[in-house]
Amino acid sequence: MTARRAFAPNWQGRAALAALALYCVYAAAQLDVSGERLLVGFGEGARFLARMWPPNFERWDTLVEGMVESIQIAVLSSAAGIVLSLPLGLMAARNLSPWWISGPTRGFVAVCRSLHYVIVAILFVKAVGFGALAGIAALTVASMGFVAKLFAEAIEEISMKQVEAVRATGAGPFAVLLYGVLPQVASRFVGFSIYQLDSNLRNSTLVGIVGAGGIGGTLFAAFKRFDYDFVAAILLTIIALIFLAEIVSARVRKALQ
Amino acid sequence: MSAGLSIRGLSKAYVPGKPVLRDITLDFAPRGVTAIIGPSGTGKSTLIRCINRLVEPSGGSILLDGQDLVPLRGRALRLARRRIGMVFQEYNLVERLSVMENLLSGRLGYVPLWRAWLRRYPEEDIARAFALLDAVGLPDHATRRADALSGGQRQRVGIARALMQRPALLLADEPTSSLDPRTAVEVMELLTRLTAEEGVPVIVNIHNVELAKRFCGRVIGMHQGEVVFDGPPEAIEPRHLTQIYGGEDWM
Repeated sequence: MTARRAFAPNWQGRAALAALALYCVYAAAQLDVSGERLLVGFGEGARFLARMWPPNFERWDTLVEGMVESIQIAVLSSAAGIVLSLPLGLMAARNLSPWWISGPTRGFVAVCRSLHYVIVAILFVKAVGFGALAGIAALTVASMGFVAKLFAEAIEEISMKQVEAVRATGAGPFAVLLYGVLPQVASRFVGFSIYQLDSNLRNSTLVGIVGAGGIGGTLFAAFKRFDYDFVAAILLTIIALIFLAEIVSARVRKALQ
Repeated sequence: MSAGLSIRGLSKAYVPGKPVLRDITLDFAPRGVTAIIGPSGTGKSTLIRCINRLVEPSGGSILLDGQDLVPLRGRALRLARRRIGMVFQEYNLVERLSVMENLLSGRLGYVPLWRAWLRRYPEEDIARAFALLDAVGLPDHATRRADALSGGQRQRVGIARALMQRPALLLADEPTSSLDPRTAVEVMELLTRLTAEEGVPVIVNIHNVELAKRFCGRVIGMHQGEVVFDGPPEAIEPRHLTQIYGGEDWM
């Protein structure tokens, strides 16, 4: 009599894990990632870090100028993205719009979301030239991609009973939106908007690297000139800003609940 | 031109070939409360929702004060709807709006959009809303949010909202089915009293035969999409109930 097995062996799982391990070894060899290379890299990294210390805030005026521009880009692109997302979200919601409106709108929103915002920023720099306008446009597109989708999903989750009751009073389509739909989604919309402003603050520090305005440009220039102590100052300022934004937005979202 | 509601040959099939309503013809006086009783799924709700066109009829006509509601579209339909108040089984208040805002939403068919948006309703609308809040027994609840109310309180607000429309007809779709027995009686009492005071005719779908007999001057019994009884509550005999609900074990 053979011994009874309490657990069936998972041969497929074991094979998959073995294959993954083999592929990792192969890819590391291909890319010349070896222990030796890693040690050299760490040595370079240590020297780089040493040159970043202490952070140099001497050129604080350039730093502040870049940060202010980044914040402006973030606020303007969030505002534009959210305003444009309101009609888009409504049009994309399958419970309120007919399929021939919601389908194409969802497609458009998906396209806005599919390209990384840095790629969109490069496209806009080529299209409208260097500067903050390209950054604002790029982050507006990115905001639409996310916020419109979240808006549409929030609208699809509303109670249609409340909408039906407002419609039964003889209210027109816009009055139905104002009284039947908006009250059900308003606080979630504000939450999404704050979240998007939060991520746009982060994103706006990067678009400058491709020439779309903000602190990113200053950062990139400092890298190219090997001003690593100034790089450190910029990075610390960005981190402080993001921390501050997260604290504020968490507070606001908590107050909304 | 005849006053009141007149339904002529109304039929409705959600799925072709499976009619929910079969050739319903009914006349309603411009006063008084009419109950529609019948088992679940027999088309009571569909009948009521055809009247204010929340459900599209498949055929027939529905005349309110001589005007056929069935062919109406767009603005004409909204103008007809604002004269028909509706009370729902699950109250269907806008949960996140205040009681006052819910009441005033009964005026959305009358006031311009900007007034509705800025909450700048005419004085007389506000005054009527407060008067109705007093009448339904919620004088201090104007600024409470609807989701803070109990079921009975919500249905009172639902009744007040419907009356805000100054309707020519009030439809009530199972208004007491989500309420406990005592609150159900209170809500029916309120509904019949206020509509009698304002001279608004009421059509109410109701599961509870006792409530129908107690509060309604006329009872219509439906079975499988057809009217099988129509008369005063005193005239209902056990054989009619058997005909409406089928079987006898439940009685």
